[in-house]
Amino acid sequence: MSNAPVDHGRRRFLTIATSVVGGVGAVGVAVPFIASWNPSERAKQAGAAVSADISKLEDGQLIRVEWRGRPVWIVKRTEEMLSQLADTENRLRDPGSAEPQQPTYAQNRHRSIKPEIFVAVGICTHLGCSPTYLPTDFAAQIEGIRSGFFCPCHGSRFDMAGRVFQNVPAPTNLVIPPYMFIDDNTILIGEDEGAA
Amino acid sequence: MFKNLMSWIEYRLPFMDKMNLHVMQYPAPKNFNFWYFFGSLAILVLVNQILTGIWLTMNYEPSAEGAFASVEYIMRDVDYGWLLRYMHSTGASAFFVVVYLHMLRGMMYGSYQKPRELLWIFGMLIFLVLMAEAFMGYMLPWGQMSYWGAQVIISIFGVIPFIGDDLTLWIRGDYVISGATLNRFFALHVIALPLVLVILVFLHIMALHEVGSNNPDGIDIKRDNDGTVELTEADKKFTFHQYFTRGGKKVIVDAIPFHPYYTVKDLVGVAGFLFIFAFVIFFMPEGGGFFLEPPNFETANPMKTPDHIAPVWYFTPFYAILRAIPDPLFGAAAMFLAIVALALLPWIDRGTVRSVRYRSELHRWNLVFFCISFVALGILGVLPATPTYALLSQIFSFTYFGFFALLWLYSKNEKTKPLPVRLT
Repeated sequence: MSNAPVDHGRRRFLTIATSVVGGVGAVGVAVPFIASWNPSERAKQAGAAVSADISKLEDGQLIRVEWRGRPVWIVKRTEEMLSQLADTENRLRDPGSAEPQQPTYAQNRHRSIKPEIFVAVGICTHLGCSPTYLPTDFAAQIEGIRSGFFCPCHGSRFDMAGRVFQNVPAPTNLVIPPYMFIDDNTILIGEDEGAA
Repeated sequence: MFKNLMSWIEYRLPFMDKMNLHVMQYPAPKNFNFWYFFGSLAILVLVNQILTGIWLTMNYEPSAEGAFASVEYIMRDVDYGWLLRYMHSTGASAFFVVVYLHMLRGMMYGSYQKPRELLWIFGMLIFLVLMAEAFMGYMLPWGQMSYWGAQVIISIFGVIPFIGDDLTLWIRGDYVISGATLNRFFALHVIALPLVLVILVFLHIMALHEVGSNNPDGIDIKRDNDGTVELTEADKKFTFHQYFTRGGKKVIVDAIPFHPYYTVKDLVGVAGFLFIFAFVIFFMPEGGGFFLEPPNFETANPMKTPDHIAPVWYFTPFYAILRAIPDPLFGAAAMFLAIVALALLPWIDRGTVRSVRYRSELHRWNLVFFCISFVALGILGVLPATPTYALLSQIFSFTYFGFFALLWLYSKNEKTKPLPVRLT
């Protein structure tokens, strides 16, 4: 052991340098622990966007695709259905879609990107039943309106844009998932490239 | 032989010395009342939770497919499984009853004031970890309320600007609450958080023994040994560890050794507590739907939202504050602030007189109204959010925060009563 005087500057430099290198190491070690909380590959695959071919969809027809375990409806609305959307707005709970139940690009009267193509999660916002599509017989539920959605469980009613009527159990409009058109015939549900 | 063994150990690990320091020769003020039961009761409940928790994991299956069924299995087929589970679920509620009363004690007698700020901070950290522990534990049975309660709580993190959505995704480990979420919460509930909790309790007690216990009079029992302190016969009766007298620089007045005096007193508290605890376990284990909520007897169903989602009772005061503010971000911030404000009490309260006994009438009423606000918010938090209840929640949230604002204002120049020289 030498009796050389203590070089405080050198000691401080070594202390700081060791701490910094050690700190970087600690951050590096934290990465796997934090990253392992991200959705796993299996979860990502199960939650991936699904594409649907809509080239054969006829006027007024509804098809279902499954996305993240939930039924998603794709409906090609007729001119008449679209024109009736304006007729009942005074009887809707949230005609302007003020509640955040849809991406911003679906916050319009028809609640969709293209007016005729309607995409929605087919789960009633009351207790999660799947409402029935009534393309021609909805007048029995709401007078003067030919088409809409009727939930058989507790009688909630939605118009052809998934907007909830007043005086039914469901509190909010149907959920519109994020979606985008890959081309005129293909729709991708669950992904909108950040357009929302 | 035994004596030799003891001194052999003592030389290498001073066990008896530490026992004397913290138990047999620890000076505790002689005037502890009813409110001083809840610290030791909290430890009792912690031990109960750890023991029953370990036994529950022996039959519980942490997976979305098996969790609900395994809890039913514990309830029906495992010998005394129902008892172990009810001890654990009732213990969770008992923990909060005891801790809330323990915190109220600290507020009444100013136990957070200098020099006990750090002690109070450790206590608040224990409270935070306890809330996380209770929330994650409530998710494990994977019933409807487990699922939807978790949905509500995790979505609170979603209101944070910019990172909210990614943060909730990271917490869940999936796009919806799923088995991945359940498994990580199980790991945190049974390993990580209990470890943190035990360490924090250790630090809480070490910090307590360093500064010494406060008491209902809020005056110090350790005085400078400057020759002016008159010792009574009772003061000379006991030997306290030399650590507390700082080698003769301090004298201790109106104190009794923690053991046997307060161990025996606490035993009375334990008996009273266990009487009530056992009554709940055997005769009302669901606590009237407040300890175990009815929807939780139905397995989690992501497709079906319960009519009314209310958190377990011990979260409702804070939940009511969250709901009182229409904007989700400010609501979450207010809820967070409601807890932070408590943690900052040592600095919000600028007074030097600790106990409510010797503080102003204003302070006494302020504290009473704080308690009323807290209880009212707790009731409002379980009720549905009708416009009337929402307005009431806003009023009581205002009075909750009003307590802290008023305290800060009046405590600096508060008109207090003269303090006694000795404990009363």
